Amino acid sequence: MTETITASAPQGTPVPDLGDRVTSLVAHADDNMVLAQRLGEWISNAPDLELDIALGNIALDHLGVARALYTQAGDVEGEGRTEDDFAMRRSEREFLNVLLVEQPNGDFAQTIVRQVFFDVYQQLLWAALADSDDDTLAGIAGRAAKETAYHNEFSRSWLERLGGGTDESHRRAQDAVNGLWRYTSEITSDEWMRVITRVLHVSGLVVPDDPYQRSGGRQGYHTEHLGYLLAEMQWMDRAHPGMTW
Amino acid sequence: MDGPRPPGDDLVSVLTDLRGVVASVVDPEIPVLTIEDLGILRTVEQVGDRVEVTITPTYSGCPAMRQIEEDIVAALGREGFEDVDVVVAHNPPWGSDLITPDGHRKLREYGIAPPTHITEVVCPQCSRGGPRLVSGFGSTACKALMVCASCGEPFDYFKQF
Repeated sequence: MTETITASAPQGTPVPDLGDRVTSLVAHADDNMVLAQRLGEWISNAPDLELDIALGNIALDHLGVARALYTQAGDVEGEGRTEDDFAMRRSEREFLNVLLVEQPNGDFAQTIVRQVFFDVYQQLLWAALADSDDDTLAGIAGRAAKETAYHNEFSRSWLERLGGGTDESHRRAQDAVNGLWRYTSEITSDEWMRVITRVLHVSGLVVPDDPYQRSGGRQGYHTEHLGYLLAEMQWMDRAHPGMTW
Repeated sequence: MDGPRPPGDDLVSVLTDLRGVVASVVDPEIPVLTIEDLGILRTVEQVGDRVEVTITPTYSGCPAMRQIEEDIVAALGREGFEDVDVVVAHNPPWGSDLITPDGHRKLREYGIAPPTHITEVVCPQCSRGGPRLVSGFGSTACKALMVCASCGEPFDYFKQF
């Protein structure tokens, strides 16, 4: 299938109000930091070499976005906090990422569905932030928009293959959609829903009708998975306080 | 030069040299390309003894950026400049269209297809078109892996970005 489905923010698409500038920068950085860590878990474990490289590359892009946003948050705040202070020296309750990105990788289908959901959200976000009054943020968004489009091409093409592949790949893809749907209220918008509905349809998958939703990530209330992720990510800095890379 | 020189002339020549020093720093991942070829070197300014270099990162996750920063500091250090500030500017964002024509030529000679629309890519070995994309993600953030339909040679393609 070659249908092109693009996510583009309609004129005047609102940027989600996540609080003051620093909080908002940190929240967007946390999304990317946590997803980078999750995707990194695939390295040496992916189904084949190309996917291993792809998931590792995508993880690196997310890490880079997180680093740039943390640095900008520190600059705006003006209290000398560095990217490492934000990433390595905050606890679970201080992380403001959406619940979706901290969900375990599960099988490959679950990783791909999580990525499709997040990629579309990020495409809309970067399009809106590219006009930001904050020049640095606008620049980070402009570059991330191009990277996200590339990620989305990857994740969407895999969702199509899984959804339209074997009975088992279809079942696993739909299971992943059903299982992750409850974490979408933190990233959804009219445009997100329109694009995702289309993407699922093209992949032979359906939008779940289960209305149950969980949220709280933006307030620092997380699922049980984030603590373990941070424990692994932060242990070296916590074991050797003040270490430098 | 004959006769009195206009004020500031010395400063201009020093600045030009400084830019030359910084511009010769190469990308650690693709060492045939200098940071000037890549289009990531913005400005080199000297204020007293201090040199401020402004660069623009390529891909968000490109691990070469840190190395490039260190190499800039080292290159200026060899010229006697100890006080160097490397500023990372995100706006306007970098794009592969900033790679110079010289950079394109060097990439081709190195065996990497330079950035162009993916349907326009030609094999850097035999110069024929129509290669097949093997993997959208390659050995670095900026490259994809292709294979030539004519000579069968696999090669890296610097993604248009």
